[in-house]
Amino acid sequence: MTRLLDVLRHDLALTGTKEGCGEGECGSCSVMLNGVLINSCLVPVAQADGADIVTIEGVCGQEKLNRVQQAFLECGGAQCGICTPGMILATLHLFDRHPHPTQEQIQEGLNGNLCRCTGYMRIFAAAEKAASSDSGAIG
Amino acid sequence: MLRAPVREASRGQLGHFQAGIRPLDTQRRGEQLQSERIVGKPVFRKEGLAKVLGAARYVDDISLPGMIFGATVRSAVPRGRVRSIEYGPGIPWDEFTIVTAKDIPGHNYVALISNDWPCLADGFVNHPQEPILLLAHPDRHLLPLAVGAVKIEYEELPSVHSIEESESGTTVVWGEDNILKSYLLEKGDVDAAFREPGILIIEGEYTTGAQEHLYIENNGAIAAYSELEGVTFWGSLQCPFYAHKALMAVTGLPEDKVRVIQVETGGAFGGKEDYPSMIGAHAALLAMKSGHPVKIIYDRMEDMAATTKRHPSRARHRTAVTKDGRLLAADIDFCLDGGAYSTLSSTVLSRATIHSGGAYYWPNIRVRSKAYATNTPPHGAFRGFGAPQALFATERHMDRVAKAAGLTPEEFRRRNLLRTGETTSTGQEIRQQIDLPGWMERALDHAGYYEKKAQFDRQNPDSLHKKGIGFAVFLHGSGFTGSGERYLNSLVGVDATADGRIRVLVSSTEFGQGTNTILCQIAAEALGVDYDVVEMAPADTSIVPNSGPTVASRTAMVVGRLVHSAATGLKQTLIASGLLSETYKTNELQNAARAYIATHGALCSMSRYEAPPDVYWDDQKYSGEAYAAFAWAAYVAEVTVDLTTYSVTVDDFVALQEVGRVLNPVLATGQIEGGVAQAIGYALYEKVAWDRGLMKNNQMTNYIIPTSQDQPKIRVFFEEVPFEFGAYGAKGIGELPMDGPAPAILNAIAHATGEEFNAIPLLPEDIAERLAMRAAVAAEMAAV
Repeated sequence: MTRLLDVLRHDLALTGTKEGCGEGECGSCSVMLNGVLINSCLVPVAQADGADIVTIEGVCGQEKLNRVQQAFLECGGAQCGICTPGMILATLHLFDRHPHPTQEQIQEGLNGNLCRCTGYMRIFAAAEKAASSDSGAIG
Repeated sequence: MLRAPVREASRGQLGHFQAGIRPLDTQRRGEQLQSERIVGKPVFRKEGLAKVLGAARYVDDISLPGMIFGATVRSAVPRGRVRSIEYGPGIPWDEFTIVTAKDIPGHNYVALISNDWPCLADGFVNHPQEPILLLAHPDRHLLPLAVGAVKIEYEELPSVHSIEESESGTTVVWGEDNILKSYLLEKGDVDAAFREPGILIIEGEYTTGAQEHLYIENNGAIAAYSELEGVTFWGSLQCPFYAHKALMAVTGLPEDKVRVIQVETGGAFGGKEDYPSMIGAHAALLAMKSGHPVKIIYDRMEDMAATTKRHPSRARHRTAVTKDGRLLAADIDFCLDGGAYSTLSSTVLSRATIHSGGAYYWPNIRVRSKAYATNTPPHGAFRGFGAPQALFATERHMDRVAKAAGLTPEEFRRRNLLRTGETTSTGQEIRQQIDLPGWMERALDHAGYYEKKAQFDRQNPDSLHKKGIGFAVFLHGSGFTGSGERYLNSLVGVDATADGRIRVLVSSTEFGQGTNTILCQIAAEALGVDYDVVEMAPADTSIVPNSGPTVASRTAMVVGRLVHSAATGLKQTLIASGLLSETYKTNELQNAARAYIATHGALCSMSRYEAPPDVYWDDQKYSGEAYAAFAWAAYVAEVTVDLTTYSVTVDDFVALQEVGRVLNPVLATGQIEGGVAQAIGYALYEKVAWDRGLMKNNQMTNYIIPTSQDQPKIRVFFEEVPFEFGAYGAKGIGELPMDGPAPAILNAIAHATGEEFNAIPLLPEDIAERLAMRAAVAAEMAAV
């Protein structure tokens, strides 16, 4: 059975979405499906028929970075980088629901994305910085 | 008394991170420390843009024309003879490439230290998951079915699954006596010290479990072979030249016909120091036999079950302390479970042996250490490399020694922590100006230790949420032990390209810890050019020299120092040639480089490692200068133990460390925070459930690491006592944060509950069992 993740990575050559566990635990395969953050390793591709999918390749503009990407650079939110695409999408999804999230909301909003390198602290700092930044919407 | 002020690198986890850094007002020493243009600044991660764009390419993002896929058939038993191999029905076997031990053109071992690690089992297996044969096919999805269709019959033999079983010698599974390696470290006269009158003797046993690296990117390899080019291996790895050496041995090809290229690596933590040599060799063998490039990517379950983990340990401490609380002698028995083959056990044991003394002055100390073989997938490098195991035992034990001597943990430390001029357990004199009691005090102060301790003592009797606060004071030796750096003999280069870009040529790799960034910062600083014009040459063994492996917290200190001297050499060459004046702007240096290359063909400056003077190490007696430098730290943990659920939460954490020089505050802080998080997992969450050498909980579902919601506030503080022989004064920091959290947390739990727990991981069920037992005993006594 082909997963949405396989179609993204192999058929569409969009390799920004990663496979970390294949069981929906790590979140490195996170994409937005109709505006909802999902683990693409758990979605049979048939279930995504007609859906609007946003991957990491779709979040930055032509000329400049999305504010979350910029904040990740400034705050050191990416170390090895493998969780970063999923983490950035999760942060954007959090802002859709909570444009000015509290500490608790940030920690809860990112709890589906595992990071082994950072201890999350720089990621929280990046989320807070991006939330307060007035630069760059998607596109 | 040293008065170096503390630099607070992060203000809680949600304070807006300061983009700038306050000017350093410590006493500066040495001509290295005069400028702060780039070094010490939070410049952006060199490869950060690609990472935030999702454009960084890891092994599984890469495809080659004609590439097929590989998979591994592994042993189902812990030990025995392979009686038969059958290829079951339903699989088009004629379409497959199959590789067994018989197909290995060179030697059937994965070269590391000893050569006892088979690349493929040849009729005999010594651990579950041991690789027996390899399959390759164009259809990636057919491979797992094919692996399942291979039927192997074994004649099982008795196997060994713990340090105690191995130690007993009832079943010998390695060498003559199951002992992979042993050391004896001695200082002073331990036996005489234990006969002194009027001393207190305190004993304890401490154990640590295996830990899985759980890098989010699984192990992966692509290999290609042609007669013209030989073997090329693209890997997720830390040490290109380790893999190079291993592939030469397995393929039988000469040095110039093996090429190893590190690609973007999604986390490593030591788990990609040794293991890539194995998976790379497998991919190479399949590529050679099939005539196609071959990609092998492990899925999570295979990676967790089959690859290396942190060595489990058992430490027995026997300590003599005077009535006024001064340490007199230690007699320590320290054991590691090494798994089925020796791999890196000798060096992990070495570091554990030396770190068993902790940050204390011991007039007399003896450490007898052994690494035992068991029928488990071999254990390997994992951040800390024996020090977390050793320091867990020592720092837990010291709290108990303090108690026995009638002292608070902090007063006991004040009386016994090492001071400048004193010698370590290997007789190494501490030459740097250190102030461990002062740093300890600062950490306690940041944590609000004294107030909280008193507050928790008042509140705990009336609460089901017991709060506790505890700490650990410790050290971590930077660089290879003893004569290791001399043996590595690292070579580094800095060159210019024809179009005027500056490149750093090292085999040191980036896997999140910041290698690319700090080495480019150092080169840019030394050359007097902008950070943006310096880049890393590809980590490709056909392009870069061997600057040694990216391990042992050596990259900033040792390799960075060589980058500095190579860059300085390049600048001097240009000035001496008359093409560049003494002061210049970035573009002027670039113009000079281009002109130089136009005339001379190339511009490259190399620098070779030289050991610091007056450094000696005796490998036989295990004494002398064990490490060029130590980083020092004091960590404080505040916990809540919930007596309804028995779960432990870490509510606040202070991590204070002296590291020589902070080369990049964002990266350095990130390293400490990440290490502390990983060590919290080591202490409280990460348990490997073994079933005769097989990891049963080999999924992220049931091997638990901290999520964002489990994160305590981690507050990081740096002290700087510049180390003369490190790059801009820097010492190593990558592994240090792994050493302190576990004992600090368990010391805090002891404070909270009054129970001494001495084994990690400490799970709620372990706490429940002990507290229920305590309650049962109390009830029995009350009934009497």
